[in-house]
Amino acid sequence: MSFLPLADVEINNETQPFWDGLRNNTLLLPRCTSCTSVVWYPRAHCPVCFSTELKWEEMSGRGTIYSYSIVAKGNGRWKESGPYVVAYIELAEGPRILTNIVGVAPSEVQINMPVTAVFDSGDDARVLLRFTSVSSS
Amino acid sequence: MSVRGKAFIAGAYEHPLRTIPNKTVQQVHAEVAAGALADAGLSFSDIDAYFCAGDAPGFGALSMAEYLGLQLTHIDNTETGGSSYLLHVQHAAEAIAAGHCHVALITLAGLPRSSGTGIGGAGRFGSAPEISFENFFGLSIVAGYAMAARRHMYEFGTTSEQLAEIKVAAASHAQHNPNAFLQNAVTVEEVLQSKMVADPLHMLDCCVVTDGGGALVVVSPEVARKLSRQSVPVLGTGFAVKHVNNGRIDLTHTGAVVSGPRAFAEAGLTPSDIRYASIYDSFTITVLTTLEDLGFCEKGKGGEFVSNGGLQAPFGKLPFNTDGGGLCNNHPSNRGGITKVIEAVRQLRNEAHPAVQVPNCQFALAHGTGGNLATRMGSATLILGQEV
Ligand SMILES: [Zn+2]
Repeated sequence: MSFLPLADVEINNETQPFWDGLRNNTLLLPRCTSCTSVVWYPRAHCPVCFSTELKWEEMSGRGTIYSYSIVAKGNGRWKESGPYVVAYIELAEGPRILTNIVGVAPSEVQINMPVTAVFDSGDDARVLLRFTSVSSS
Repeated sequence: MSVRGKAFIAGAYEHPLRTIPNKTVQQVHAEVAAGALADAGLSFSDIDAYFCAGDAPGFGALSMAEYLGLQLTHIDNTETGGSSYLLHVQHAAEAIAAGHCHVALITLAGLPRSSGTGIGGAGRFGSAPEISFENFFGLSIVAGYAMAARRHMYEFGTTSEQLAEIKVAAASHAQHNPNAFLQNAVTVEEVLQSKMVADPLHMLDCCVVTDGGGALVVVSPEVARKLSRQSVPVLGTGFAVKHVNNGRIDLTHTGAVVSGPRAFAEAGLTPSDIRYASIYDSFTITVLTTLEDLGFCEKGKGGEFVSNGGLQAPFGKLPFNTDGGGLCNNHPSNRGGITKVIEAVRQLRNEAHPAVQVPNCQFALAHGTGGNLATRMGSATLILGQEV
């Protein structure tokens, strides 16, 4: 989908279902069965009410852009990727999460733009959750 | 417990160099420590408490205590990025008030320029639980602050020209600092024409990358009374942690919303009492948001406040960063922080450069920002005076 670098994410027992979900083209996040909060980032307890009774739930993958920046030149493996868009998007389910906006010219990106999830994979098992404009998906 | 008037900054020293080849980080820590002790009229053997943060090598204060040869009753390794050293002053004041120590040394040193670490530095995020979610996607330090600037522009109509005014004021002050890394005046146009790093932040919206360091000596009232050098009482302290709070990111407010009122309450003062402010200036947006959050102007009106020379010494509405700040003078170890306190002490002692010395500078504020603006950050506010 995009030409941005994949990355060696750190997967652990608390976050494994999230990464497995991405490999199946689904966005799974834990929801607290006690206070109903969606937990971001994924972890083994709810940081709102401290319950450990969480259930993985599929999210809509829809959201809007909360803020963004067009990075002219990145660092490290991102050095040759620029310009690229890094953004916080607000998921329909609430959390504001960090991502890249792909498949749309950086100059077209705007705050409040509706976006949808892209399960961005390379030629290996790594998949990252990125977003693209609803109109260009 | 209030620490108002229970501790004094007796010594303050900033390393004069901005590029320091062929020295170790610990050596620079030792040099600034010696400088601050000489300023206070004290010696290494007088120190009974030592404070340092993530820039100190090895086992932090334990390694450094041994390296320096200190005999201590109290140490503190609190690491909150660029706000650490202001929080150390608060912690030193608390420890002194509790009777745990009498002469506290705080040091910062780093060599990002000589070592080629560059802006932001390598960071210490390797095993952070948020690493694969919130510190990723090519998010450079600048990009994080750029997103805060973009959101501020969206919510309040702030402009790049207004952000540039902050750099213009810092640069006008830096002309008078012979040690400043950048000593040239700049115009709003020059800021806007500088290279775009992470839209909407330009190269000249960013702080400098410098080697260097600084140190402070904080003492009890009893010690302060015996010193011939003018010492500066700590009147108010405030600290706040702000994190994303389960995905509820709010990029237009910093922890200063909490740390500022705490410090003012302890000092028994209000923003209108402050004659000079050292405001952490990793980027221009850092200053704008912090000024609003500390209550120097209404939320969202920071752009207006900094325009038309609002921050220029000596006669602007709020003279700020008269040493040139992190934007022009010095941002040692990619975090500064301690330099904010040092310039506030110079102003209160009437020892800033005459061109930028604020007349009758009775009360000064210093503010430190650590971590990533508005997402995962520490905010530390100090209010200092000429007398208790
Ligand atoms: Zn809960």
